[in-house]
Amino acid sequence: MTGTGVLAEARTPTRGRTSGAGRPAWSAFVVVVALLVATPVLAVVLDGVGSVGDTAPPRGIVAMVLTTLALMVGVAAGTLLVGGGLAWLVTAYHFPLRNVLVWLLVLPLAVPAYILGFVFLSVFDVAGPVQSALRAVLGPDVWVPEVRSLPAAVLVMSLSLYPYVYLLVRAALIEQSAGTYDAARTLGAGRARTLRRVLLPLARPSLAAGLSLVMMETLTDFATVQYFNVQTVSVGVYLVWKGTFDFHAATQLAVLVLLFAVAVLTGERALRGRARYHQQGGRGQGLQPERLRGARGWAATALCITALAAGFLIPVLQLLVWAVGEAGKSGVLTDPRFGEYLVSTLFVASVTALACVALSVAVGHAVRISGGRIAASAAQLTTFGYAVPGAVVGIGVLIAFAAVDTALERAGVPGGTGILVTGSVLGILYAYVIRFLAPAYQAVDASLAKIPPTVTFAALSLGATPRRILTRIHAPLARPGVAVALMLVMIDAVKELPIVLLLRPFGFTTASVWVYELARENFWEKASLPALVIVAAAILPVVVLVRQARRAETRGRVDA
Amino acid sequence: MHPRPLIAATAGLTVLSAALTGCGIIGGQSADLQIYSARHYDLEGAFGQFTDETGITVEFISGDDAELLERLKAEGADTPADIFLTVDAGNLWNAARQGELAELDSPVLDDAVPEDLRDAQGQWYGLAMRARTVTYNPDAVDPAEFDATETYAGLADPKWKGRLCMRDATSAYTQSLVASLIDLHGREEALKIVQGWVANDVEIMGNDVLLLEAIDAGSCDVGINNHYYLARTLAENPDLNVDLFWASQAGAGTHVNISGAGVVEGSDNAEDAQRLIEWLATDGQNPFVDGNHEYPVNPAAEPEPLIAEFGEFKRMPLNAEAYGDLNAEAVDLLAEAGYK
Repeated sequence: MTGTGVLAEARTPTRGRTSGAGRPAWSAFVVVVALLVATPVLAVVLDGVGSVGDTAPPRGIVAMVLTTLALMVGVAAGTLLVGGGLAWLVTAYHFPLRNVLVWLLVLPLAVPAYILGFVFLSVFDVAGPVQSALRAVLGPDVWVPEVRSLPAAVLVMSLSLYPYVYLLVRAALIEQSAGTYDAARTLGAGRARTLRRVLLPLARPSLAAGLSLVMMETLTDFATVQYFNVQTVSVGVYLVWKGTFDFHAATQLAVLVLLFAVAVLTGERALRGRARYHQQGGRGQGLQPERLRGARGWAATALCITALAAGFLIPVLQLLVWAVGEAGKSGVLTDPRFGEYLVSTLFVASVTALACVALSVAVGHAVRISGGRIAASAAQLTTFGYAVPGAVVGIGVLIAFAAVDTALERAGVPGGTGILVTGSVLGILYAYVIRFLAPAYQAVDASLAKIPPTVTFAALSLGATPRRILTRIHAPLARPGVAVALMLVMIDAVKELPIVLLLRPFGFTTASVWVYELARENFWEKASLPALVIVAAAILPVVVLVRQARRAETRGRVDA
Repeated sequence: MHPRPLIAATAGLTVLSAALTGCGIIGGQSADLQIYSARHYDLEGAFGQFTDETGITVEFISGDDAELLERLKAEGADTPADIFLTVDAGNLWNAARQGELAELDSPVLDDAVPEDLRDAQGQWYGLAMRARTVTYNPDAVDPAEFDATETYAGLADPKWKGRLCMRDATSAYTQSLVASLIDLHGREEALKIVQGWVANDVEIMGNDVLLLEAIDAGSCDVGINNHYYLARTLAENPDLNVDLFWASQAGAGTHVNISGAGVVEGSDNAEDAQRLIEWLATDGQNPFVDGNHEYPVNPAAEPEPLIAEFGEFKRMPLNAEAYGDLNAEAVDLLAEAGYK
């Protein structure tokens, strides 16, 4: 294949023939996965909807909704600006240190927003070094902007989350078939115009995917917004639940959170439009980075370093300083339980990652093979858990498992499954898969979307069985997505807190629980060590992610 | 890109960590007593001492009270938990109301715990007491400025405008303080008080330690804090420029709250569970409360030296039912007053 071209398909690739051996089975498979994901969430929704009218809606609900909107829009804009801007800068230009910075810019992904948030506050708060210095110089009544505020929360969350947008946009800009770019140039479009009119529109689906990930993270965040005293709907769920001792009132609010999630998903669809771009190989020059000289080059370098310092270097240094200081006080550098926490953390993260990726590939394949609306809609449903706050998923799993237990006992199984499921690592893993299927599926789906549906149909018409298509075509071609998916899920799972807190059995603790127990009592210095463990555990997948991407780039473009 | 080695590596990691976590995959229980705890202060020391004295082994998991209670309810009769240990009387009252705690008949506990700090039916018992009172920067405030009868309500006076710092509305401490104000003065009056704080441009902080740091730095003059946060910060930094004022000593007394425990209704070892709670309320008082600078509930036990320096104080009688029942109203009131 040396021909190039972009086939903008107005029809979705799923709408193929709807008959054929094995396809109803594949459809059914997607539906089963969707049901497994949806059951706990539905349990919560039913609880919420079922109790409407029993309790008045909490006061201030309008303000909560507005705050949530403002935060989500703010963080989306922030990540678009920082992540999109930096992706653009490192792809379109060449400047000093660019080759290193390209990869380092992903590092803030390893620092969860709740950790970045508490470090930020410790530095900028009234008793922190910045304000103390200001007071020393300008007197005690110096005016400083409010640190605990919506803008500050937007800033911190944008710095923590921009790598999602950065990674996806950059991948999109690089993966564009070189031929497309060259064709546009040959037809007389200038470099800037080609970027604007050809490459950017082609990157739109990736941009939409990145932004929707960021918005879901923002929506379900609970710890960071609390530090900054920003009352979103997710905080409202907790507030109402803990404050009124009324679980049903909390589930009603959780339904509201889900409505937000639906809005995000709809927004993503809209932004993506009906665009499906299938790249076909082509050898060409492609986009050549323009060299920025002199001061402009160094300004670009400074921009990248600033983002990196704010999102990674400074917080990690601060944590290290605390950890060393704390070790000096207690005389030991490591907690004796350190190893155990790290192992538990990595175990849960790696199992979740494998399960999510396996399911994503299977679902992505099934959607393409079954060619039916049911499968496509069910696949959408599987990504829904990402928009549900961890605590709500956890409670849903509890309700669902307790129901299964009761049913088993009625059926005459003594003790049901008993302790096997409530408060077991199995329960944690189930809840994790529900939460993190979305990033895995999006990454895998993005890879599969680059396979023209004609390839699948050609294979089918040549008599290949769906299973053979999975092993010989879809799975191999989804490879880049699989690598990204594994790592994204691992990073997310290392950070997750509420689910472990709720479902863990006795004697099972992860690093995030450890941070939580200390942070909740404001032992920030003591919490620095487990926080560093989380960062370290999350850096592993980030590094692998980067190495994968680098190798792919140095080998030349992946032709799909 | 070749994810195959990556998948292999991830799978390897899984197997390795599974081997290392051993039996952790299926929630096992190995100790005699299992505790669900929403209290996080160095429990190991006190429980270790109990095990040394009795031979009864104890393990616990900690979490948030609301989630743990929901977990208890979902697990029902199958629950592995024997004891529910939590902070805030409202939570204890609520757990009892939901039928999750067993009624005990224990002369030892009735004798050790003052009447207002335990449940009339013996479903829960307070074990550690914290006071939520006024703290101030002595360079900026003369304690004579405080209203000695109605100290909390007095902070709504315009003379405190721009000088106050308090905890956020999400904090259980704020909620139960306001619930006790509703209990004391009625809703209308309590609303006026909170509106007065808001009108005084109260600065809201996310945690008690930050509050103390802000008072020390002089950016606030007055705050409302749990006494043990002050003790803890003083232990780390004896030069801290913050003093404590016992609120409402000429009136109803200082607002207090408790940590406490009850035996779980579905416990399969209620006898040992009761024994542990009895031990915590008697011989175990100091090991249980000293590490966190809390006051023992048992009058026979002495508070640790650092908080003994704060002096004796009169406490507002604790009405757990009001804390529990009025908490929802307190949340609503805070929202109505525009308190963030």
